[in-house]
Amino acid sequence: MRNPGTMRIPGPPPHTPPVYRLWWYAMRLFVALVCIFLLAPILAIVPISFSSGSFLTYPLPGFSLQWYAEVFEPRPWMFALKNSLIVGSGATVLATTLGTLAALGLAKGNLPGRSAVNAFLISPMIVPLVITAVGVYFFFARIGLNASYPGLILGHTALAVPFVVITVTATLEGFDTNLIRAGQSLGAGPLRVFRRITLPLIAPGVASGAIFAFAISFDEVVVTVFLAGPAQRTLPRQMFDGIRENISPAILAVATLLVLVALALMVTIGLLKRRSDRLRGLHG
Amino acid sequence: MPPLPALRLRVYVMGRAMTVAVVQPGGLAEESRALKRALKRVERRRRLRAIGLIGPLFLFLAVVFALPIVLMLHRAVDNPEVVTHLPRTTEAIQGWEGDGTPGEPAFAALGQDLNEAFYARRLAEPARRLNYEITGFRSMIMATSRKLPRGEAPESWKRTFLDIDPAWSEPRYWQAIKDTAQPYTLHYLLAALDLRMTSDGGVVAAPKEQAIYRGLFGRTLWMAFVITAASLLMGYPLAYLMVNGGKATRGVLLIFVLLPFWTSLLVRTSAWVVLLQQEGLVNQALQWIGAIDDPVQLIYNRFGVYVGMVHILLPFMVMPIYAVMRGVPASHVQAAASLGATPFTAFRRVYLPQTVSGVGAGCLLVFILSVGFYITPALLGSPRDQMVSYFIAYYTNQTLNWGMASALGVILLAAILLLYAVFSRMLGLGRPRLA
Repeated sequence: MRNPGTMRIPGPPPHTPPVYRLWWYAMRLFVALVCIFLLAPILAIVPISFSSGSFLTYPLPGFSLQWYAEVFEPRPWMFALKNSLIVGSGATVLATTLGTLAALGLAKGNLPGRSAVNAFLISPMIVPLVITAVGVYFFFARIGLNASYPGLILGHTALAVPFVVITVTATLEGFDTNLIRAGQSLGAGPLRVFRRITLPLIAPGVASGAIFAFAISFDEVVVTVFLAGPAQRTLPRQMFDGIRENISPAILAVATLLVLVALALMVTIGLLKRRSDRLRGLHG
Repeated sequence: MPPLPALRLRVYVMGRAMTVAVVQPGGLAEESRALKRALKRVERRRRLRAIGLIGPLFLFLAVVFALPIVLMLHRAVDNPEVVTHLPRTTEAIQGWEGDGTPGEPAFAALGQDLNEAFYARRLAEPARRLNYEITGFRSMIMATSRKLPRGEAPESWKRTFLDIDPAWSEPRYWQAIKDTAQPYTLHYLLAALDLRMTSDGGVVAAPKEQAIYRGLFGRTLWMAFVITAASLLMGYPLAYLMVNGGKATRGVLLIFVLLPFWTSLLVRTSAWVVLLQQEGLVNQALQWIGAIDDPVQLIYNRFGVYVGMVHILLPFMVMPIYAVMRGVPASHVQAAASLGATPFTAFRRVYLPQTVSGVGAGCLLVFILSVGFYITPALLGSPRDQMVSYFIAYYTNQTLNWGMASALGVILLAAILLLYAVFSRMLGLGRPRLA
């Protein structure tokens, strides 16, 4: 036990030979550079979104909220946000419902061909997005679902579902099935056991799955490029065109707001995971 | 001693009440059979319930995901244009053996087909299909069909055609029609491998100016390899410090990995556009430290694509490695050290082998994801840095060559599934996880 009164300066363990000492510092320096690589680009765009000029370069000519004012105009950004929220919530509800049921089914075990079924359910993650997008585009063209909200929601649901299945399955893995047996032995029927025991225990996992599903839909471009018409233009679709044609600080203002969304999602997932581990009696 | 009275108990098995005899030496066999039957019944019911729970999602994905992909793959061999829109010609050409100009019946059939398709405005499809066989065939067909006599059939269709364009006497055009007058074709799949079929059924290399696809697949795999290697180089030490660098370090590093992971792909791509442009921060910094005099081109080339894609995929490398490293007991390395191993040896012989499955999982994930990338190369690369996905989208949206788009899709999908099957078995990967 370290004496809490002394401050330990970070450094290699004592009595390390010089070559390893050097290695110790080199590795930390390298990892620090990797960390800069990971986070710096995301942070570097934030100040430009407050620029009073329209160039994307430093030094900034001055401070202004004009780009945020532009983003909060109804067209094109608020329209795109509305579409993203419609599609995202539809896909989230569908994917979470279907994915949670399937994860519960997979957890029941002793199903013939279980691993093959599981592989099929998560295959939308593996198949390249363009292939899914082109396939669904041709198919929906036949049945008249292209350029419609339901079509886009169905497409996003297919992409989001594997994340729900994986997240809920992980929650069910540490699940103490004795709790279910206890409930049954006390006379509860299957529905009641589900409502009173299973659901409260897996709720954080289901919520995490829902957040994953929403994040997937909210960030989806490739399938959207093919399936969405002008009336379903989503936020990422709008950004994609913006970056391709003329990238303005308004896009960086949207980007900054999306970083805040990412931060919120990350924190929520972290809290849900902690809650889920505690409910299942795990300590991480 | 008289037989013991049967002691019957009501028990609950998997939520279902049943009666079981516990002690009855005489009827034990009978009772155990009953118990077995009951258990089997419960088991069956459980299985049915599992199927009922998985069913909805299974059906959903079968209809919205698998069926569309199968239908698309079908397009890679589907060849309906000539058969559907030039039906008389399709029939008339079957008798032609390929030598010399065909006779009047073939010309008459083509004349009637062209007239009909021209009026129905459906000539574009077969003309485009035939143009894949011989460049310039489309305009020849379009020009001819504008000049064909309407209504009254001419005395000799053959003469009429040859008057409009003498090229109609050349057998190669008729050969192209005959070759494409089949409901299915290997044309697209072969073309996607830089091959083409000759009229006598042989397979030869495609002409040089059309042989671009092997290079495209090679480039895609090479880029995915570079990105995977770079991610591993950066991700392994990062994951190592996350696990072995103390609790505070882990918390900080987790944020560095997870925030980019949750940040929109387009946000990160636009950030790199801003940073890497001519007057961007990276060029400014390099000039400021005196490494370069004039701004260098960092974007809209291969370098830009690599930087952007490694940035996006690095978290997918770190997380599987991190998950495996957490399970490596610290005592193993300590034991190696106490037996006299230097830190390097202990790492190489004891630590590294125990993390191989995480490294494999991370590499597989990053490689598979990068092979299918589309958005980032499209925004950060030049036309020469595009991967297979870009061409699939291009053929679907721009040139409407859906057969070619599907053929490229078939090969890409087959490559990825093969890769996944081989490596996941080799590495003994379990189910994928999200950290």
